[in-house]
Amino acid sequence: MAAFLALFRRDLLLGARIGGGAGVGLVFFLMLVTIMPFAVGPDMALLARIGPAILWVAALLATLIGLDRLFQADDEDGSLDLLRMSPLPLPLIVLAKGLAHWISTGLPLALAAPLLGLLLALEPKALLAVTVTLLVGTPALTFIGAIGAALTAGMRRGGLILSVLVMPLMIPVLIFGISATSAALGGTIPFMTPFSILIALTLFAFVSGTVAATLAIQNAEG
Amino acid sequence: MRLVVKGLASIRSGRPVFSGLGFEVESGEALAVTGPNGVGKSSLLRIIAGLLPASEGQFLLEGSDAETPLSEEAHYLGHRDGLKPSLSPFETLSFWQALLGRPLVDPSNALIQVGLGHAAHLPSAYLSAGQRRRLALARLLVSRRSIWLLDEPTSALDAQSEGMFNGLVNEHLTSGGMVVVATHTPLGFSTRSLVMQGGA
Repeated sequence: MAAFLALFRRDLLLGARIGGGAGVGLVFFLMLVTIMPFAVGPDMALLARIGPAILWVAALLATLIGLDRLFQADDEDGSLDLLRMSPLPLPLIVLAKGLAHWISTGLPLALAAPLLGLLLALEPKALLAVTVTLLVGTPALTFIGAIGAALTAGMRRGGLILSVLVMPLMIPVLIFGISATSAALGGTIPFMTPFSILIALTLFAFVSGTVAATLAIQNAEG
Repeated sequence: MRLVVKGLASIRSGRPVFSGLGFEVESGEALAVTGPNGVGKSSLLRIIAGLLPASEGQFLLEGSDAETPLSEEAHYLGHRDGLKPSLSPFETLSFWQALLGRPLVDPSNALIQVGLGHAAHLPSAYLSAGQRRRLALARLLVSRRSIWLLDEPTSALDAQSEGMFNGLVNEHLTSGGMVVVATHTPLGFSTRSLVMQGGA
């Protein structure tokens, strides 16, 4: 447990320091959302209707942007070799790094969503719904992305391949994230139906992402 | 304790690197692995460190706790230093000590031992190549592990640092440790030698 916390703390610290890249996703998210009203035009009703979808798509793309460094940075400087020789089992190493990565990249997106939602003329109820669904859904995006990050850790320009690999796997999260948000704003489906599936997807991503990324790292050299 | 390697073979990307490699290293003994470039010295160290699968053969640490895998009994110092530019040397060593467990030397003392006491709280990005190497060496001191696997450990070190390095290795050997070192340059401590031949 001490080892797990040590790695978790180190990755949080690295993310927060200069060159850590924690801010990159957030700024990208901000840019995507702020240019939307210019592209769509001054139709407040339309913006409010598609606002949750814009926030979700922007959050997904912003998550993808920082993912390539998740394991690549440690692979490049040799730290990954040393981590693998530690008493901490590799799945827990992946879990610690994934959680730290989510806190420094995914969580800020969810927390910034209500502020950016104002730019899209979202009503208070929609702001709350988007924030809650992003809070629950972004860990799934990070951990699904971790699979791609582990597979492309040794590649110099792995970012594009990573996106192509994991984007299709992220689509269910996107669908249920947005449908839970719309359900919260009215409609025939109760909110908890898509929201429970979103929670299930996140829990599933924690386990499957961790296991798959572990296997990818173990078999990287042969 | 004794490190025993028997009939080890390595195949990388379908190309046999070496085969039938066997040796033993006793407690307090250092083994220098020499041979031309590409003969598989680094692969050998990475196999023992558990970072590469061996295609054949076995290696084990006799007289150790059977529960602990060999990779957790070994420190590996490769070509890459494993340092983060934004962490200070002190933060780096504290992290490795917490992660690796079995604390031996306190991080501040380890930094003084490798002559980096003055730079303990500077970001590692400001260190020179030789200083980075010394910081990587200090990692071996903060956690107790009986086997040191060193790949060209003295690259980028000046004469004075090399003396410091020899002292650290000798101390480790005296305390019953083992060292397997891949090298091209003569080292300042007594070693048995293993010459790897090309095309074996």
